Formats: sequence, C-alpha cells, structure tokens
Amino acid sequence: MRHVVTAFGGCIILIVLLAAIFAPLVAPHDPFAQDLMQRMIPPEWMDGGSPAHPFGTDQLGRDYLSRLLFGARISMAIGIFTVITSGFIGITLGVLGGYFGGRVDDVVMFMITCRLSIPLILVALTVVALVGSSLTVVILTLGLLLWERFAVVSRTTTMQVRNLDYIAAARAAGASRLHIMLREVLPNIVSPLIVVATLEMALAILLEAALSFLGLGVPPPLPSWGLMIAEGKDYMFFSPWVIMIPGIALFVLVLGINLLGDGLRDSLHAGRA
Amino acid sequence: MLQFLVRRAILALLVCLTVLVISFALTRLSGDLAISIAGPNATAQDIETVRKNYGLDRPLPVQFVDWAGHAAQGDLGSSYLYHAPVARLIADRMPITLTLGLTGLLIALVTAIPLGIIAAMREGSLPDRVIGIVALLGQAMPSFWLALVLIIWLGLKLQLLPISGVDEWQGYIMPGIVLAFSAIPALMRLTRTGMIDALSSDYIRTARAKGLSTASIVLKHALRNAAMPVVSVAAVQLGFMLGGSIVIEAIFALHGVGYLAWESISKNDFPVVQAVVLILAMIYIALTLFADAMNAVLDPRLRAA
Repeated sequence: MRHVVTAFGGCIILIVLLAAIFAPLVAPHDPFAQDLMQRMIPPEWMDGGSPAHPFGTDQLGRDYLSRLLFGARISMAIGIFTVITSGFIGITLGVLGGYFGGRVDDVVMFMITCRLSIPLILVALTVVALVGSSLTVVILTLGLLLWERFAVVSRTTTMQVRNLDYIAAARAAGASRLHIMLREVLPNIVSPLIVVATLEMALAILLEAALSFLGLGVPPPLPSWGLMIAEGKDYMFFSPWVIMIPGIALFVLVLGINLLGDGLRDSLHAGRA
Repeated sequence: MLQFLVRRAILALLVCLTVLVISFALTRLSGDLAISIAGPNATAQDIETVRKNYGLDRPLPVQFVDWAGHAAQGDLGSSYLYHAPVARLIADRMPITLTLGLTGLLIALVTAIPLGIIAAMREGSLPDRVIGIVALLGQAMPSFWLALVLIIWLGLKLQLLPISGVDEWQGYIMPGIVLAFSAIPALMRLTRTGMIDALSSDYIRTARAKGLSTASIVLKHALRNAAMPVVSVAAVQLGFMLGGSIVIEAIFALHGVGYLAWESISKNDFPVVQAVVLILAMIYIALTLFADAMNAVLDPRLRAA
C-alpha cells in the first residue's frame, strides 16, 4: 500500500516533468498567441466548448491547455533550481555547524534563528519588487530564503555521524577535514536530505505561485500557474474553470511531491529501525 | 530555569538587532531609492529633491543609525504615501491582522487536536489513515487558490459568508479557515505523535489498571503531556500566520497590516515596508520566546537546566 502511494507520487512528478520537457511538442497551440475572437471559450467537456481548445481559452484567447503545459516548465524550474540553491546554502552551513560544533555551530544556529524570524512572503515580495520580476530573480530569492530546513537536518545528522568509527578511521588515516566532510559525512546524511528536498520543492512551487498571484513573481505573459489564477480571478464568478484548471494542476503536482517525500521518509525510518 | 530564560532573552535581543539591519538593508536593494520613489516620469531635478527631502543623500551607515535610533524609541518614520507616522498606520491596522491570526489559530486548534487524538487512539486504523491522507491533501492546497474556491462556493453559490471586508464578524470566518488550513497538518501530526507516545507510557498503564475511564485517561492524563509541544508549535504557527496573512488579506480585502504591506510594496512606500518586516519579525521573536518560557514552566526537566 505504502509503495503504491509513493510510486503514485513519483508518477505525478514524472508526468509533469515530461509535460515540461516536451511542452513545445505536445501543446496544440502557441501559448502566447492571442486570438481576440476566441476569448473565454469553455473547456471541451462543457457547453460551448470546442475540440480545438480542449481546456478552453483565456481572456486573451490564448489556448489554456498549451499555457498549462508551458506553465509546468516554470513550476518545475522553480522547484528544481530553488532546491539546488537553498540545498547548497543549507547543507554547507549545517555540515559545518554539525561537524565543528562550538563557535561555528553557534553562528550557524544564530543564522537559522534569524532566518526563521524574517517573514518569508513579505521579504520575497519586497525583493522581487525592488530587483525586478523575472524567473531567475524568483528562483534566487526563494533559494536564499528556503535553506533553513536543510541546515537544521544536515546539522543534526552530521552530529550523529561525526563520532562514528569510520570518521575516526578517516581522521587517523590523515584525511583532511574537507575530505572527511565531503566524502565521509555527506554521503551518509544524504537520504534524510532528499526528504527535505521534496518538502522544499513543494514549498517553493507554492510560494512562486503565490508571488505570481500577487503580481510580484514571474512576469506576464509567461504562463505561470499562479499568474493564470490571478488573470482568471476577474472571470471566476461566471467561468470558475479558469481558476480551477491551473489550481488543480498546482494542487496535484504539490500533492505528488508530498506523497513521494512521505513515502521516502517512511521507508527510511523502516530501514533504520 | 532563570538562567535558561536569560540566555534565551539575550539571544532574542541579538536576533532583533540582526533583523533591524536586514529590514533596513532590504529596502536598499534597488540601488537608488530616490529614483524608485520619484516614479517613472520624474526629471533629474525631481529625483534630486526627493533625495534631499528624505535624507537619502546621506551615507548609508548614517541613515541606518538615524532610522534604528528612532525605531528603538517607537518612531518608525513616516509614510511617503499617506504622509502619516508609520507606527500609527501599523497600529491602526494591527487589530484586524491579530484578529485574523487568532481566528485562524483557533480554527486550526479545534480541528487539529480532536483529529490528532482520534488518529492516535486508533493508530493504524482506517480513521487514522483517512486523517493522514486529508492532512496530505490539505498541505498540497495553495492557500490563495483555496481562498478563491471558498469565495465561489461559500460566498457566491451558497451565499453563507461575506466575500470581502470585515464590516461584520462573519467576514473573518473564510479568511480564518484559509489561514488555519496551512497550520492544521503540522499541529495534527504533532498531537498524534504526542498522544501515541503518552498513551503507551507507564503512567497510562497504571491509570488503566486503576480502572479509570478512557475519556478521563485520554483527556486528563495523556493530553496534558501531549499538549506541551503543541502549545509551543501553536505559538510559532501564529507567527507564521501573521506573516502569511498578506496573501489572505489581499484576496479578502481586509485592511490589516498585510494589506498595508502589499500596498506599500507595490507603491514603493519603503518606510512602511521596512517597518512591517521589522514588526512582524519582532512579534515572531516574542512568540518563540514565549513558547520557550512556557516549555520551561511546564516541563520540570527544563527547569533544572
């Protein structure tokens, strides 16, 4: 049962990833092409829908399915590159703090405490507003903000392995500190960090959508799912599907990532016990 | 215990100072504030006037010391947009944000604790699994999207609740639910693990052997022990909710601190932005300090430390 759920989560991620990679091949239309004569056509399965636009069209007559497929690129790019950035920062700090302890650890803990007390969305919005909105800015901003869980987990796990025999053996063999941290410690703390990566990836995707929704994330006309919801908001009372389609896409992707992360955590715990 | 609390208080003070620097530095990211304030159609002379009037021609350290010195005395400068003291603008709007945050926390607690207890009492059973799945679903729900769906469904289709503003108290219910949603999974999991630990402990076995009723065992004995981490996490969650209410306030047009911040960010009203960042951070620091103090009081093991 557990494995089925985990695999299900993995499948969702794989499908979205494939959609993102092959968007130009599978999208029926150009996601940026406006057609003012074809505005707000409902999805195919509703009254007035047309097979030319399976998910309908938006307020500028752009094909909704094509925008959704290209939007997968933005969500996946945000998820993957934010996690790479924040993971690099967090794991570096966490391993340093956990390995050296003492003053170094005090500094790392202090940085984590400071980071946690800063209001996340507010600071992200301010940075994007001041630096200018673009995909790169959003990725870097979120990457610079979402590292604390990586730091907390890598710090604790490094402390656990620090005093184990094989580390002492490496030290006795004359390995440098850098070598020990990179080659001995890191490979042994990698599995809990993968679980953190899934959590952070889900969070980054949700935050990008929220920032774009508030108008300070990925700039239009890029088809970010959060931006699609924002643009559809004015029409949602008469055509709820304009916010339902990108909203469900977002929900399903984040659910898939969470299911995978949850499953991985359970199997790790089972392995350890 | 006193020593522990003093150490925590000193740490909190250091964090406050760092946040002071960060919130100041944050608004200086754009390079030249005067250009942003003067707007896109400003002439070089306008920009120069703005720079002089707002004291932006002074060196950055001087500006910082000036701002921080005033901030420490409760003077957060004045808004470019409203031409009013920032402290008063925030004080006027704080009740709405606090009411919203507390409503959210209350909804989260009355949902999460009973569900967590039910899940713990029948660990591994169908209800436990269903609750776990619901928590996962809730976690994946984008809050701003949930807000829009609730507006369409509860506000428009069923016409149960007002869709914007807080002229009546019912206006807090929908935003409160949305805000609570993000905190429920964490609080519920915590209650569940705490209760599972507590229920399998020796004193519960003793209580069972004495023939106490299940209700009395669960509510009086186990819950008291499971409640401690929940209290401290609830305090932290309240901090996150106040910070995260910016999205919710924007959607439901609640004119609280979050709305003020959003408006100020989009209109380059930097004194307000840096003050809101500072104040929300201070509230968070105070809440975590409170949570630690609560833990120290409730847990005799920490008292000795």
